Amino acid sequence: MSLLQPPSTVNTPAVDKIRQLASDVFEVPLSEVLPVSSPDTIATWDSLHHLNLVLALEQEFAIQFTPEEIEQLLSIELIDALIAEKLQA
Amino acid sequence: MSESDPRQHLDQCIQAGKWAEARAALEALWMDRPTSANANVVSAQAERLHQQQPMATARVAFLRSFTLEPVVPLLRAAAFVKGIRLESLVGEFNSYPQEILDPASALYRFAPDVAILAVQTRDVAPELWNGFADLTSDQAAAVIQRVADSFRSWITAFRKHSQASLIVHSLELPAQPSHGILDSQLSDGQSDCIRQINQELKRIVAEHRGVYLLDYDALVARCGRERWGDELKWLSMRMPFAAESLLRMANEWLRFLYPLIARPAKVLVTDLDNTLWGGVLGEDRVEGIALGMEHPGASYLALQRVMLDLQQRGVLLAIASKNDSADALHAIETHPEMLLRARYFSATAINWNDKADNLVNIAKELNVGLDSLCFIDDSDFECARVREALPQVRVIPLPKNPSDYAKTLRESLYFERLSLSEEDRERGRLYAEQQQRTQLSSAATNIDDFYRSLEQEAEISPVTAATIARTAQLTQKTNQFNMTTRRYTEQQIAELADREDRTVYTLRVKDRFGDNGLVGVAIVHHILDGAGIAEIDTLLLSCRVIGRTVETALLAFLATECRERGAQRLEGWFLPTQKNQPAQNVYGAHQFQKIETKDQGTKWSLDLTQTDIKCPEWIRVTTPTSINREYACR
Repeated sequence: MSLLQPPSTVNTPAVDKIRQLASDVFEVPLSEVLPVSSPDTIATWDSLHHLNLVLALEQEFAIQFTPEEIEQLLSIELIDALIAEKLQA
Repeated sequence: MSESDPRQHLDQCIQAGKWAEARAALEALWMDRPTSANANVVSAQAERLHQQQPMATARVAFLRSFTLEPVVPLLRAAAFVKGIRLESLVGEFNSYPQEILDPASALYRFAPDVAILAVQTRDVAPELWNGFADLTSDQAAAVIQRVADSFRSWITAFRKHSQASLIVHSLELPAQPSHGILDSQLSDGQSDCIRQINQELKRIVAEHRGVYLLDYDALVARCGRERWGDELKWLSMRMPFAAESLLRMANEWLRFLYPLIARPAKVLVTDLDNTLWGGVLGEDRVEGIALGMEHPGASYLALQRVMLDLQQRGVLLAIASKNDSADALHAIETHPEMLLRARYFSATAINWNDKADNLVNIAKELNVGLDSLCFIDDSDFECARVREALPQVRVIPLPKNPSDYAKTLRESLYFERLSLSEEDRERGRLYAEQQQRTQLSSAATNIDDFYRSLEQEAEISPVTAATIARTAQLTQKTNQFNMTTRRYTEQQIAELADREDRTVYTLRVKDRFGDNGLVGVAIVHHILDGAGIAEIDTLLLSCRVIGRTVETALLAFLATECRERGAQRLEGWFLPTQKNQPAQNVYGAHQFQKIETKDQGTKWSLDLTQTDIKCPEWIRVTTPTSINREYACR
């Protein structure tokens, strides 16, 4: 399956997975989830969906976020960066 | 992406209108990744499937003291996979008491089929959870009393305002009691105090119809107390679940919802080779198959134990196996470690035919619909074959490792039930007696002689507290000899029984082979407007007693009763379904006249002033004197 490569400044192996999870949780097409996507650009990214995304990420990557981290996970890029950090640690 | 394959496959099945395959693909997609993200995908696709192939829909309300919203999408997806579509209402955070007590609340406006009361120890008994060490025994006892009283008032109020089933969470014990290991030595330690509330909760639940206890503490313990919650999620968002626990919570709820919404399977049809024992009988012979107390035979013995447990609570066992019949039965009867001897099986199909055909024959032999069967087999091929040919049959594919077999069957939703009647316990024996009756039937030369030889006795009486559960169960489970197929819950039967203008009759049939138990229900609506009409709302017989003229005895009784109560006409609808052909000609055969046709249904009427229904001479009808006394009062 060929994906449109989104314009991106980061491109870790995890980013596509994160985009897919976000697309599933927010119920928007994958093509609309970009590294810069945030609660400002995705209408369904409200606080409850944010919690669902956090839980989906925790399930997928077998990690756990602190409340402070959860408050900061406000774009796909930021999520990707934090996950990369947690997986390396 | 890797997961696009099962997704695309499901999409293609739905596009192509291959519904049975789509159902299987939906299950595969969910089992592959039962996660928060995938839940939305599964539900969205299932919703499309529902548009084409409507599923049973149930309305579920959550009354809660904590954040549980993230579990709901997982529950919804898991339920869809089992053919149930959920509509849910999550009550306001921590306002469950108001919602329960106020008859005009959103809870009751939502009109749920099922409500779940999910509260935790730390919310309803904070003194016991935190600061227990400060309490004197008397203070702790007062807290226990207060919490139990609260539960009682909530449950009583809920039952007063709603007919819905109610599932109540028990309270969990602390992972680390405040007194450490001393807690276990104390007679009224922290854990014990919480256990006392749970004991009381069990009593309260038993006092009310349609209220069930979910052992939340046992669920937490099964998963591991220290892994169940994520303290940071609790502190920051009042959610007591770790990300990994969400699915366990959803599945536990589904174990309760399933028997409330779907009908449990009645028959477990099992394979033999590599299922009931290890190895292939035709190759390994009786001496060579694996079965016994040691590895590897122990895994198969454990599975047999689960099947026997199911049989003890009323599930019929049957065999569908590709084997030589004589060899297989010889192994079943003579292998020293075999737990399930031939007498435990109500039907056997051991031959080289297609298993789907054998399942059809088993259903016929046991007089049940295909949707009552559940099939278990180690072979992916046989499971796929049965799914494809008979989509109504529920299939339990066995996992790769035989040591997981027993757990797989124990965890299956298909046999879960929330109440058990005496009839359920007795069913295995009843079906064995049925086989004897069938043999007698083939020996009798004349049908009247056969009826006489049965020495039947029909006991007809108004429903009592002791028979309400079985009566409701019969209305829910009887498909064939059922004039209107109206389903009633226990609460509804209790309400009908209390009404002046309704009578709920139950029928028990005994014969020379034994007691068949409670096998018939009639609900009569006495229309009190002076028209002199008694309408039969429900008339049904269990398939155990079809074809023995019992219905004539029951109708004769109803005609007499209604006439004595002043009715001039006895009327009733026949509402056809896919399964109730056996009931189609009942009214016509008993001199009722067809007076109305609406949609597919027909309404029949009997003029009680002109016509009488004669009770067959070979059935002795007994009625408790209480019926007459009851009428004398009115």
